Amino acid sequence: MEIIMIVLAGILFGFAVYNILQKRLLRIIIGTALLSHAAHLFILTMGKLKRGAAPVLREGTENYTDPLPQALILTSIVISFGVTSLLLVLAYRAVKTNGTDNMEELRGNNHD
Amino acid sequence: MTNLAILPILIPLLSGVLLAFTHNRLRVTRTLAMLLALAHLITMGFLTFHVLTEGSIVLEAGNWIAPYGIVLVLDPLSALLALTTSIILVAVVWYAPSSVSEEQESFYFYTFVFLLITGVSGAFITGDLFNLFVFFEVLLMASYALITHGGKKVQLRESIKYVLINLFSSMLFVTTISYVYAVLGTVNMAQLAERAAASDSPGIITTVAILLFFVFATKGAAFPLYYWLPRSYIVPNPVISALFGALLTKVGVYSLIRTFTLIFHQQPDIIDNLFIWVGNLTMLFGVIGALASRNIKLIVAYNIIPAIGFMLVGIGMFNSDGLSGSIYYLLQDMIIKAALFLLAGTIASLAGTADINKMGGMIRSHPVLGWMFFIGGLVLAGVPPFSGFIGKLLLVRGAFEKGETVTVIIMLITSLLILLSIVRAFIRVFWGEGNTGAEPSGKYGSQIFSAGFLMLFTVFLGIGAEAILPAVQQIADYLLEPQTYIELVLKGDH
Repeated sequence: MEIIMIVLAGILFGFAVYNILQKRLLRIIIGTALLSHAAHLFILTMGKLKRGAAPVLREGTENYTDPLPQALILTSIVISFGVTSLLLVLAYRAVKTNGTDNMEELRGNNHD
Repeated sequence: MTNLAILPILIPLLSGVLLAFTHNRLRVTRTLAMLLALAHLITMGFLTFHVLTEGSIVLEAGNWIAPYGIVLVLDPLSALLALTTSIILVAVVWYAPSSVSEEQESFYFYTFVFLLITGVSGAFITGDLFNLFVFFEVLLMASYALITHGGKKVQLRESIKYVLINLFSSMLFVTTISYVYAVLGTVNMAQLAERAAASDSPGIITTVAILLFFVFATKGAAFPLYYWLPRSYIVPNPVISALFGALLTKVGVYSLIRTFTLIFHQQPDIIDNLFIWVGNLTMLFGVIGALASRNIKLIVAYNIIPAIGFMLVGIGMFNSDGLSGSIYYLLQDMIIKAALFLLAGTIASLAGTADINKMGGMIRSHPVLGWMFFIGGLVLAGVPPFSGFIGKLLLVRGAFEKGETVTVIIMLITSLLILLSIVRAFIRVFWGEGNTGAEPSGKYGSQIFSAGFLMLFTVFLGIGAEAILPAVQQIADYLLEPQTYIELVLKGDH
């Protein structure tokens, strides 16, 4: 199970990097969103996948799922959600003021 | 007493929230922001004094005993850095009304500044690797808001790149934390240190460490990951540039110092060489950038990079002199960079341009500004008796002790080139004939005052080195002895 998850995370990382290297701003943002999914999947896998058990609920439990990766993912999801929405608004404003969504044309020059 | 450790986070956080309520009454906001910044400075001064005299404060949040809960560790290093942060906060809040437009100021400017300080202080005092990531995000979120504050065309253009590079490195940070968790089974820094030291497979730990090095090197703008920094730091208002230049990269350097002295020093040959060579290249490439630019703000922004190189080299020495040099340089560089950004902002706004070729003869109309900029350059280059000299002296001593002669040569050449880049700007702007700039106004006074306030501290750090140096050397020795930190957090009776 872990192997499948890791391969899946790897594929997501690959697609994310491919999209981030594109020129269109929207593609880049999709890339960053995929990147955060890949990272979250990766945390889950790294905490060892175990099905059919609850996190530690009472003392003396032997068979339990590690609650820490889940807490980490939850925090990270909230953060990446916030950043992605900010990035979308920022990209919208930038495209409106600069009149282009092509990163080549957003390079700027030495005169400003 | 342990609850005091939360104050460096709590005060700026509550201040930020409070200032959001008064945002449309500008005079109230300004006064309140100044009072809150001063209150923060006084609290931090008291806390630092307390930590230096009576020992570190460890707070286990919600009474969850370490390593299960989140710990906040206010040790001498964190306390000194948080104190320096609060000094910069005061100067920035002082300078802001004279530089930021009223419309911008009333658009939650101070709220974002205080939230940025919350993130920076939090990153300094957290004792948990994942929590460090969270505080990085807090400060980055505030910085995203500040870098686009005003919404000019060029700002929006550069901020996209800034946000993207930081988002990418944050995701890499999360991935690295999950590697750390997989290998060592915890994210508490003290427990990580304990387990890493006891681990019998240092190879995998070093691999993870190098990944983490790249994350912090991106945040701290080390070679070859600095290219995003100079252009994005000069586009916002000078106050915001000062805040960024002084604090954001330094949080990356602090994280490197903390994690690599505490946890990831399993294979010293690899790690030390990595730090020394990345540091050497960072110094050289950064200063070449500074020499190549004609824009006064860009010159100051490029000068951030060689300073990062100096600190990295000091960490790579991994001896008492090298580390104390790094920490001393870190403290003084935070202050002097803020001062230089403020001065460059004043010069550019008086001259109406940032191009040094279009200025000249400003020393006649603005002598104080000129001489302060000149002293700033001397501090940056490390001319005695100013603070840069002490840091560099320690670093050179550390390098000789380690036998890194090449690094010593590069450090000295870099210092010379830094001096050249600043003095050349000084000559172009202040000597000769040309655009002498606008007449001094009321605003000019408060700008000079806040930059002067920061200059006082750098001069004190240089001339009063006798008072600070023992504390810094103690911190370096404490960092070289990770056991102290582990016992403080895990077994201490606090």
